[in-house]
Amino acid sequence: MAKELTYLEAIREAMVEEMRRDPKVFVLGEDVGPYGGAFGVTAGMAEEFGEARVIDTPISESAIVGTAIGASLRGYRPIAEMQFADFISCGFDQIVNQAATMRYRHGGRVSVPIVVRAPSGGNVGGGLYHSQNPEAWFIHRPGLKVVAPSTAWDAKGLLKAAIRDDDPVIYFEHKYLYRRAKGPVPDGDEIVEIGKAATRREGTDATVLTYGAMVLPALDAAERLSAEGVEVEVIDLRTLMPYDKAAIFASIEKTSRCLIVHEDVKTLGLGAELSAVIVEERFEHLDAPIRRVTYPDTHCPFSHVLEAANLPNADRITEALRQLAAY
Amino acid sequence: MPPIKRTKFKLSPEQLLEMYYWLKHIRAFDERLSALVKQGRVRSGVYTGIGQEAIIVGTCYGLRREDYICPLHRDLGAFLMKGVSSRTMMAQMLAKSAGLSKGRDSALHSGVPELGIFGNTSMLGANLPVAVGLALSYKIEKVDHVVVAYFGEGASNVGDFHEALNMAGVMKLPVLFICENNQYAYSVPLEKSMAIDDVADRARGYGFDGVAINGNDVLAVYQSTQGALARARAGDGPTLIECKTYRWHGHSEHDKAFYRTQEEVAMWRSRDPITTFTTYLTGMNVLTDEHIQEVDARITADIDDAIAFAMDAPDPDPADAVTDLLAT
Repeated sequence: MAKELTYLEAIREAMVEEMRRDPKVFVLGEDVGPYGGAFGVTAGMAEEFGEARVIDTPISESAIVGTAIGASLRGYRPIAEMQFADFISCGFDQIVNQAATMRYRHGGRVSVPIVVRAPSGGNVGGGLYHSQNPEAWFIHRPGLKVVAPSTAWDAKGLLKAAIRDDDPVIYFEHKYLYRRAKGPVPDGDEIVEIGKAATRREGTDATVLTYGAMVLPALDAAERLSAEGVEVEVIDLRTLMPYDKAAIFASIEKTSRCLIVHEDVKTLGLGAELSAVIVEERFEHLDAPIRRVTYPDTHCPFSHVLEAANLPNADRITEALRQLAAY
Repeated sequence: MPPIKRTKFKLSPEQLLEMYYWLKHIRAFDERLSALVKQGRVRSGVYTGIGQEAIIVGTCYGLRREDYICPLHRDLGAFLMKGVSSRTMMAQMLAKSAGLSKGRDSALHSGVPELGIFGNTSMLGANLPVAVGLALSYKIEKVDHVVVAYFGEGASNVGDFHEALNMAGVMKLPVLFICENNQYAYSVPLEKSMAIDDVADRARGYGFDGVAINGNDVLAVYQSTQGALARARAGDGPTLIECKTYRWHGHSEHDKAFYRTQEEVAMWRSRDPITTFTTYLTGMNVLTDEHIQEVDARITADIDDAIAFAMDAPDPDPADAVTDLLAT
């Protein structure tokens, strides 16, 4: 019987188990050492593994990522923590130009097995620079994998898979879920395969494609619709690149209606790409236009009132699903 | 002509002649590449290091296979000295499938891990954080190999330079930061991009030594490098060596470099690292005219062979434009 952990504890357990298993795995980032990380994700790890493997760094996101890349070229599997996903822009060049292109420009001879952990997302009162969802920047760049777990189970299993993966993986861990998402986690070596979506709720009348902190409000909305006689299928993408096309298409073929929900902004968010691909390849299966519930094209404000005005929630998803079902 | 100092790190006549060979080989390779550009045989991306060869030879000579280098776009010679064949490098420059990147990128954006060569991107200074990571791996393993990372004086104004040197200093890593100060960042002269005279001074802010040396004196470069390598291997951390030099050609082969005066170029050409070293070696009776001719013939034959090989090599398979993006 698997034990219950919070999402945050599940992330830590994945790192701890992988570091015990493989001496080539280490963690580096700001405040990850004895302090245990800004959110406590690496708490206790410096004590177990020593500061040579749980490395406090200067405030230098570019050098944190670059150092991880350099060590990975000598067979290490570094986990680089960005204190907030918002700060990943400071390490952007090393990710998109150094890591993402490495294999391609080496004719397939070289891999960059790094994980960049990026605590992302709003609804935590973080304001403009502690709330961002920058996943689309990395989905857009060939040569990277992008994952975004929504449950403790996936937080652990996907991180283990990311650490073992030979490609650079950007791991978006949603801060809202850190202590709120709690549940069973896989034991030991069980991983969650990168590239596989999970069907969180089965349904026949409409499909919701979502991920991260939006999975829970999507499930709430699906329950409400069920009371109205509409059965909604909720797909948790889990991996954003490469996204699980087969699972998406299978659900669309079943329901013929699709709503995409994400906390990232609307314009050129993942929803735009998914929508285009569905229209290109499964147009004849659609009975209604694809709809999106997303953050508006704006920044994440500090005020609770302003942030609530922006965040997708169960009410907005419910309303969109009603319209979609009635179309 | 600047004087050449005797080095405290002893070099045999054979070793001196090997250095001479590499200076000449690297110069000849770049000159032939430059000619190929003029003939329209190379698409783009040729940044010669003509005039700067003493830096590469003085730093790479005697490195271990396990020592990692992180060279720049002008440092093709470092690839050759580390063991990549002229054929492979020429195929790389001609975008053939036999090149390091299978024709996907020209220039030096493709490394060879098994020979300890990192291939940087076009983002100058972006190799320095990677050099820190490579050096960290040596420190973790408690081995005495060293990383030799190159950058221009222009790249010392990039944020990555600061982050990388600071982290290397904090972690006391076995890494040498070699500045190829050729006076110009493309067209922008030193005085427009730095308010100090010596890049070497910047090392002080990171807690390790920086020295400014004559980068056109191969023995001076070798001596400084050997001292810094010994300190790094002993666990005494990084050193910044600023090698003052000059690139004879423009930034790229397409740059006519009108921003420099003929007098300035002529002055630096008179400080040619190869002529200087040749004079020194002949004066020491280490090098003879006969030997010079033999070396020249050997180099010409090698590069002729490389060009013939690369010209005859097949173009990449168009299908490879979208492969090798991910391992799995």
